[in-house]
Amino acid sequence: MLNITTIRQHSRTWFSYVLLSFFLLIALLPFVGIVFTAFKTTAELSASPFAPPASLNFDNFVEAWNGARFSTYFQSSVIVVVPVVIISSILATMSGFGFGMFRFPGDNILLLIILLGLMVPFEAVIIPLWQLMDDLGLRNTYWALILPQIALSFAFGTFWMRANFKNMPRELIDAAVVDGCTTWGVLWRILFPLSRPALLSLVVLLFMWTWNEFFLVLVLASGDLRTLPVGLALLRGRYTTDIPVMAAGSIMLFLPVLILYIFFQRSFIRGMVSGALKG
Amino acid sequence: MSHLRNLWQPWTRRIKLDSKDRLPYAVQDEGVGGLPTPSPSSQTQAAGRVAAIDQRFWRALGRWGQPYLFILPGFLIYLVFVLIPIISTVRYSFFDWTGFSEATFIGFDNYIELANDRDFWRAIGNNAFFVVFYTIIPIIFALFLTSLMTRGKLRGMAFFRTGLFIPQVMSMVVVGIIWRWLFTIDGPINQLLTLVGLESWVRPWLGDFTFARYAVGAVGSWVQYGLAMVLFLAGIQAIDEELYDAAKVFGANALQQFRYVTLPGLRQQIIVAFVLTFIAALRVFDLVFVLTRGGPGKETWVTSYMVYEETFRFNRAGYGAAIAVTMALVIVTVSAVVFWVQSRDDRNA
Repeated sequence: MLNITTIRQHSRTWFSYVLLSFFLLIALLPFVGIVFTAFKTTAELSASPFAPPASLNFDNFVEAWNGARFSTYFQSSVIVVVPVVIISSILATMSGFGFGMFRFPGDNILLLIILLGLMVPFEAVIIPLWQLMDDLGLRNTYWALILPQIALSFAFGTFWMRANFKNMPRELIDAAVVDGCTTWGVLWRILFPLSRPALLSLVVLLFMWTWNEFFLVLVLASGDLRTLPVGLALLRGRYTTDIPVMAAGSIMLFLPVLILYIFFQRSFIRGMVSGALKG
Repeated sequence: MSHLRNLWQPWTRRIKLDSKDRLPYAVQDEGVGGLPTPSPSSQTQAAGRVAAIDQRFWRALGRWGQPYLFILPGFLIYLVFVLIPIISTVRYSFFDWTGFSEATFIGFDNYIELANDRDFWRAIGNNAFFVVFYTIIPIIFALFLTSLMTRGKLRGMAFFRTGLFIPQVMSMVVVGIIWRWLFTIDGPINQLLTLVGLESWVRPWLGDFTFARYAVGAVGSWVQYGLAMVLFLAGIQAIDEELYDAAKVFGANALQQFRYVTLPGLRQQIIVAFVLTFIAALRVFDLVFVLTRGGPGKETWVTSYMVYEETFRFNRAGYGAAIAVTMALVIVTVSAVVFWVQSRDDRNA
């Protein structure tokens, strides 16, 4: 039997769906717009900006990839992101294990020092980095982009993996130790398999942050070393007004992150929210 | 719901922890990084066992040289590429330096100049202006919306959550490119205005001296509202429905229920949304770079952009360093205050 309360609850549920759908639409429409635009010609865009494209025309993607040199930027992005993600995940797993499993003199001070790296903006390190890369002879090499980003990812990764190791069932470790397992063995054979979910989250988060990194690359890279975000932002010549080509380039930039995000949305949201101090 | 609670509120330390499932070394942790800590009662329970296992674990897993070895490789890279640069930035801020010539020590002159630099205050003012759009508007807006919605479980929430959060994971360059196009003089926003008969409102939004700040700010609000909504929608479902029933028994109206039940219940989520969006507003760079480059004039000029311009365009690295240090101090202070508030909350909880 329907009484007033249940009717009110039902209408409130429907009202909630309407509100959610409306604001979901606002969040997504700009992206839909850019996807539509990427398949249009410039003439088609100014004639009907809101309509879906007349045909699935990939010319803009070809033009962006070859003409606007997105192939080069894409390659740079991959060359930078892959080592940053792999190396910082390994280093962070090790230090997270060190901090999560042991207490030792100076552990809290070391953690606070690493916390600093989580809080300071890149602006606070960029000027000496620029100088340092010159001194090390790394200016205009991929190392100038890779090494600082490993160092910055290490700060977040350490806290992330430390939290993971602190929540491990210690009976297992205890048993392994009794059976004569070494520390390295405990980490590698027992804790590592249990840490896979945390590690996977760390990998996707670091991928997103490194893939999207703008400021550091803008300052430390030039020419062919530029990664996708900087390449896109600094498009020159006739491409600055060619919105369909820019739209195609934008899709090349955001599609890899979007695909990962759709598969691992929980990892993304949890990571971005709990790492509340990472920018 | 319990899995969601754990998933969504790692920072509230509500994750159920069994003392015997934890390592002894974690027991006395102060929870740096807002991560869970066991309650005091589990500490005392475990104390006896801890001592015994502590001994064994330490002996078997190695002398305390070992943890340092695990931390060392990463820490060295961190030292060279983050820590020393931070110290160098502070040092450079006391020098008159172009970035390549000889540096001259000038004490606090950079900071004194900064305090009298109208462009700097303008940048600070614009950052504050963006805080309104990044932080205050999305939070109030999302609070209002979530309180209008049902508190019951909604089917398909995962779908809405995924969609609403998308602007957060996107490159700000892409966001900037999209909105730059939407705001152009013959772009979709102006065409829409013409369509509904508001021709007088048509303008080059990002090039308009009055409206550029609002346009950039609006993009910021667009990026951040989904984050606040996702946080609050998860938080409100964790509030015990009985609290609302009790409030109703005492005759609380909708506004009072919001004030005395919803708002305290969402306290942690509001703090998280505040920190994330506030720091984003202080750090904003990518979006301004792509949308306006600080212009027109200096209407959207912000501190991070000023660091970039002074250092790498005007070759005033010492001065740029002073701006960077000031900016970092503000951000670190804000973060530290939030840490302090959160750890105080946890002690009282």
